[in-house]
Amino acid sequence: MMPPSPRDLREEVERIYRHDSRRVLATLIRLLGDFDAAEEALHDAFVAAIERWPQEGMPANPIAWLVSTGRFKAIDKRRRQQNFDAKRDQLTYAMSTDVSIEEPTDDVIGDDRLRLIFTCCHPALSPDAQVALTLRTVGNLTTEEIAHAFLLPAPTLAQRIVRAKTKIRAAGIPYEIPAPSELPARLEVVLAVIYLIFNEGYSASSGASLTRSDLSVEAIRLGRLLVELSAEPEAMGLLAMMLLHDSRRAARVTPEGDLLLLDEQDRTRWNADQIAEGLALTEQTLRAARVGPYALQAAIAAVHAEAPRAEETDWRQIVSLYNVLLRIRPTTVVELNRAAAVAMSEGPEQGLELIDRLLGRGELSDYQPAHAARADLLRRLDRREEALEAYAVALRLTSQEAQRRFLERRIRELRA
Amino acid sequence: MKYLCLIYSDETSWGRMSREEAGAMMGKYMACTEYLKAGGHYLGGNGLQPTSTATTVRVRNGAISTTDGPFVETKEQLGGYYLVEARDLNEAIQLASHIPAAEEGGIEIRPVMDTSGG
Repeated sequence: MMPPSPRDLREEVERIYRHDSRRVLATLIRLLGDFDAAEEALHDAFVAAIERWPQEGMPANPIAWLVSTGRFKAIDKRRRQQNFDAKRDQLTYAMSTDVSIEEPTDDVIGDDRLRLIFTCCHPALSPDAQVALTLRTVGNLTTEEIAHAFLLPAPTLAQRIVRAKTKIRAAGIPYEIPAPSELPARLEVVLAVIYLIFNEGYSASSGASLTRSDLSVEAIRLGRLLVELSAEPEAMGLLAMMLLHDSRRAARVTPEGDLLLLDEQDRTRWNADQIAEGLALTEQTLRAARVGPYALQAAIAAVHAEAPRAEETDWRQIVSLYNVLLRIRPTTVVELNRAAAVAMSEGPEQGLELIDRLLGRGELSDYQPAHAARADLLRRLDRREEALEAYAVALRLTSQEAQRRFLERRIRELRA
Repeated sequence: MKYLCLIYSDETSWGRMSREEAGAMMGKYMACTEYLKAGGHYLGGNGLQPTSTATTVRVRNGAISTTDGPFVETKEQLGGYYLVEARDLNEAIQLASHIPAAEEGGIEIRPVMDTSGG
């Protein structure tokens, strides 16, 4: 066999960087106990790989090599610093006595990635910080890319990440997988962060375009990773739900960037592979001992996915799934979605009655989807004037460009 | 690490308690202190007199100004603290969850600055 050319090796290093640098980082954070030192060590390890692999050849286990090299470089750096900084004596001693550089196995690296996810999504960090830190350190996005996706100036986002890292260090947030007794509550935060990232990508809350697919892709990747690492039914439920929603991405918007509702979408444009994977995962989660809210939402999305035409949607099934969801997650938003499903299965009047009752309680009075749903039911009941009024309220509460155009289209149609 | 657990709750709730209820609450705090001591986490702790007894002092341009009341008026007031030793924030959270006021008010956990130079 020909030895690989330096150029091939360079490409190989780049491939490993894209594919595995986050794994190496996760383990380095544990070994070095510090996010910033680990990032520096990661960088140094890849520089060393570019320098040394062409001469020495590819190591048998490149990830282990990168971890060991990064760790060695960091220790070396601290040791040199220690010459200037006598106070570091103890720390350096503690680090240098632990010279048995174990070959990190896949299991160990997997655990480190899970540690990293739980640390980035620690409930002591603000949701903004959780999202930014997760995307930056677990995900593959640069600070600039994350800032762009959230329509924030890059320095704002960079500062968020710096503050989060500082809090992790100063408040003593440990780098560990939560104990079984804490796991359900902690997992919920992780799932919420991933779902938030997905939603921001799927139905961007503000701005010109309807979806920011890079965020959804990243959320699905994170969801997949979590399933791979933990096999928790709710993690599977979240992944299934994201896949099933994302399968409609291409059909949700017109070439002009306008929003299309479920019953207007060309279902042949739904992504069949994502649906197949989502349905299989949904089935698996519904077999779990306790069915959680993400699994139920996946099941609802699955009913839509299984209907070849909008008219064939099993709305009764959807209503009964919402009934179960409402029992375990009694929120007004779930009630609203259930009302919309009731409108489809029993008739717009029944749905409208539920929505009016909900709005009467005042909690949803500023919630755009509630008014949009109400307007839609009034339109279907031919109560034109009331529908126009409700559309006007919904329009006032909309900050998203494609949503705004959709509501304006409905208003135009009603006036015609 | 050392953490200061600041106990925030509605201080007027003590006034609304019967003698028995107040006694039971005191008992809960004593049990909490015992729990922290038994685990080797207890470094100190005290209840505070109500904010009606508070005085805030400021020195401006060398002159002392004294005002009646707490530094900030809040709906729930600082009513006491525990100083605990914990492995990390997760352990501190677990310890703080045993403080009785966590059930109606809240406990603010603040890591204590390490000034040992390490």
